[in-house]
Amino acid sequence: MSHSPSSADVPEVPVEARDALFHELAAILPPAALITHPEELKPYECDGLTAYRQLPWLVTLPETEEQVVAILKACHRHRVPVVARGAGTGLSGGATPVAGGVILSLAKFMHILAIDPQACTARVQPGVRNLAISEAAAAYGLYYAPDPSSQLACTIGGNVAENSGGVHCLKYGLTVHNILKLRIALIDGTVVEIGSNAFDSPGYDLLALLIGSEGMLAVVLEAWVKLTPKPQTARVVMASFDDLTQAGNAVADIIAAGIIPAGLEMMDMPATAAVEDFVHAGYDLSAAAILLAESDGTPEEVEEEIAAMQTVLEKAGARDLRVSQDEAERLLFWAGRKAAFPAVGRITPDYLCMDGTIPRKHLATVLTRIGELSARYGLRCANVFHAGDGNLHPLIMFDANVPGELERATEFGARILELSVDVGGTITGEHGVGIEKVGQMCVQFTPDELAAFHAVKAAFDPHGLLNPGKAVPTPRRCSEYRLTGTAR
Amino acid sequence: MNDLSQQFIERVKSATAPLCIRGGGSKDWYGNAPRGEVLEVSAHRGIVAYEPSELVITARCGTLLTEIEAVLAEKGQCLPFEPPRFAAESTIGGVVAAGLSGPRRVSAGSLRDYLLGVKLLDGRGHELVFGGQVMKNVAGYDVARLMAGSLGTLGILLEVSLKVMPRPAATATLRFALSQAEALERLNRWAAQPLPIVASAWHEGMLTIELAGARAAVEAAQTKLGAGDTAPETFWDDLRDQRLPFFASETLWRLSVPPTTPPLDLPGEQLIEWRGGLRWLKTDLPAEAIRAAAAAVGGHATLWRAPPELKERVGAFAPLPAPLMTLHQNLKAAFDPRGIFNPGRLYPEL
Ligand SMILES: Cc1cc2nc3c(=O)[nH]c(=O)nc-3n(C[C@@H](O)[C@@H](O)[C@H](O)COP(=O)(O)OP(=O)(O)OC[C@H]3O[C@@H](n4cnc5c(N)ncnc54)[C@H](O)[C@@H]3O)c2cc1C
Ligand SMILES: Cc1cc2nc3c(=O)[nH]c(=O)nc-3n(C[C@H](O)[C@H](O)[C@H](O)COP(=O)(O)OP(=O)(O)OC[C@H]3O[C@@H](n4cnc5c(N)ncnc54)[C@H](O)[C@@H]3O)c2cc1C
Repeated sequence: MSHSPSSADVPEVPVEARDALFHELAAILPPAALITHPEELKPYECDGLTAYRQLPWLVTLPETEEQVVAILKACHRHRVPVVARGAGTGLSGGATPVAGGVILSLAKFMHILAIDPQACTARVQPGVRNLAISEAAAAYGLYYAPDPSSQLACTIGGNVAENSGGVHCLKYGLTVHNILKLRIALIDGTVVEIGSNAFDSPGYDLLALLIGSEGMLAVVLEAWVKLTPKPQTARVVMASFDDLTQAGNAVADIIAAGIIPAGLEMMDMPATAAVEDFVHAGYDLSAAAILLAESDGTPEEVEEEIAAMQTVLEKAGARDLRVSQDEAERLLFWAGRKAAFPAVGRITPDYLCMDGTIPRKHLATVLTRIGELSARYGLRCANVFHAGDGNLHPLIMFDANVPGELERATEFGARILELSVDVGGTITGEHGVGIEKVGQMCVQFTPDELAAFHAVKAAFDPHGLLNPGKAVPTPRRCSEYRLTGTAR
Repeated sequence: MNDLSQQFIERVKSATAPLCIRGGGSKDWYGNAPRGEVLEVSAHRGIVAYEPSELVITARCGTLLTEIEAVLAEKGQCLPFEPPRFAAESTIGGVVAAGLSGPRRVSAGSLRDYLLGVKLLDGRGHELVFGGQVMKNVAGYDVARLMAGSLGTLGILLEVSLKVMPRPAATATLRFALSQAEALERLNRWAAQPLPIVASAWHEGMLTIELAGARAAVEAAQTKLGAGDTAPETFWDDLRDQRLPFFASETLWRLSVPPTTPPLDLPGEQLIEWRGGLRWLKTDLPAEAIRAAAAAVGGHATLWRAPPELKERVGAFAPLPAPLMTLHQNLKAAFDPRGIFNPGRLYPEL
């Protein structure tokens, strides 16, 4: 079974327009930069959300800014939809092609253009991988702080489009806090720069608007990112709890004690079981939940903070506490958390990774409710999450080959997201809405708010050509969702 | 607690002429001249939610900044971007609409970095909620942060949710006698090191820096940097609220430039904050020359305070390139199609 963005939300392209566009593109792009063969289109049919697939009409692989601009201009003129694509690791179907549309891959834009150690900035092309920035900055004792678990593969262009987060974001912020400036192309090919190498710029904060806009407002051509001095040292406390409520409260206690850990992550029992098999980190398999709390900074600072966290965790009822003694052990403690998705991938044919954020005080309630839903839908669910941010990642396990399981998993996921909204949270903390959560947008937002989003979209892209059908549902979809509980 | 939303909705729906949104009115001098019928929003006040362990405070727009700060201080927390407490009347809505941040901006981040959500009244009289009370949220476009610094041109901020942080455990202020060039060089060298320097100010041959963080980190940094001289206790507050004698000037320019920019050779007197990123300038130089000098190094110049004729003539804010102005106009039309909110306050075209 496969899904694609609802065709009603995507402009229809007449065949003549496509022919004309194709001839134009063939004239401006080298043959290797234009993919049309169905076999070669196949790798582009989905992103990390593999349950949804759609072959694009064609894929372009430009190498220069002029080529990107020319492609956009041509698509704009012929009113053909365009979907930008980074590494395709997105988990919400943001880079899923639209039928009859063009994929604009930024994969060839993989150069780090400059690093300015004095200013603590790097200027990079959109296809540069997240981790590659930190690797290049390491020579100067600097790194790029936002660290999605996919950092080995995902690109900075995709990070900007999704406002990606990671373990370090509690202390160091999300993508939006670490991008200074963007060079972007609008759908009509106009190139503009927003943000600044200074600390602010005149006018509206368009940078904030662009970050997290899921490729729907503009194409990122270059990014100036902030680099952070590498902390001298880091250590992590691993605490096990017999009870989810206790673990949830411990998170609140740490924050209330005035500590902002460099990372504060939780895994429940099914998650630790899956990862322990995979990484052998020595996790406590009988604990209802384990908490990883990291401190970084100068040795003195870290010592002070680790001691403070130990005290808080003990008081909160931690059954067992272990503090990493060296860098190797610290990395081992984190290895499981970082590899949680692939680890779960090994014990189930398919899984859906959900991404809701909730106020921290509701952690225990929400986890308990997820457990009940798991029983109701007859599907296993492991929970790993950025506990410090209240950002949940329930991993719903299913088998797409068993009739009805994908639908059950999707429904289970939808209920989790609705639950997140009910307790005052949101349907997505970092993975984006894409096509996956378009329906739940109708739960979180009123028709007036959705209309405002459409108006913002139209302010940048009046013909709705950039990544159409994603992120913001049409009123029609919402009425369907309200009637049937599904948006498709 | 006073909820006046309904009253504002009616006022907006029935408005036939521009409205001038006014919080404490402490900032009437900022931006271009206010126009329109005054709509007082300061009576719409009250803290709606605050739980220290959630690190979020939600308040109605008219809530006094002083009230918010007092409530946070009780729990050992603060607004890390340090909005000036300049006037007792300053409201949180005005703080967000002005979008300015204080001396610690370089290390702590700016106001927009802490803005998690808003409840907005748009030009049609619709109440809209964007963002929320949680740390991470990418559902829909980040319209909440778009409001930071929009000077009330897109709507009335009814309610704002801000991320708060624990107050640093320790602080220390050091002062060094250094030329401007030496000070800038040193600040930028320090920036790439893991030092807890949170604020800096250079003026008349003196560099003052503030350290803040864990006690051990502050002490270690003090030792490393050499103790330096001491500065008056009130220095940072006086700087943030512009009470230092330097700021007593009829005309004052604010140059926001990349922090590594070498000394700007402009006639007049300068006070430099933000590790070199913010250069306050008192000068007789024509506006065009100042704006060009800022643009040449990749920054921009705001006419912070000036006689009305000068502001009228050159505009408070640096002009935008045409395609950016078009986007601004499109966004203005999206939220305020009748153009009733604060027309001209940010740009004449908005
Ligand atoms: C010398 C001086 C220096 C200052 N420096 C700084 C600084 O560095 N950083 C800083 O953050 N502040 C600074 N301020 C201003 C700060 O102290 C405030 O006064 C505050 O930001 C404005 O609050 P207010 O309620 O008085 O706003 P007002 O003066 O009433 O309004 C300011 C702007 O916000 C709009 N506005 C007000 N309320 C709303 C609302 N609810 N919805 C939409 N728009 C609204 C108004 O229309 C107007 O455009 C400075 C002030 C002075 C006098
Ligand atoms: C194992 C695994 C772990 C993950 N862990 C995390 C995590 O911890 N935190 C997190 O936030 N995410 C995580 N993700 C999700 C994903 O990696 C991020 O969303 C990432 O930012 C996507 O980058 P990408 O280059 O793969 O983008 P793609 O998937 O190619 O595209 C994502 C979106 O960005 C748009 N886009 C891409 N490039 C551009 C551009 N240049 N201009 C404009 N729009 C563009 C696309 O149109 C699409 O809407 C994880 C994914 C996997 C598979």
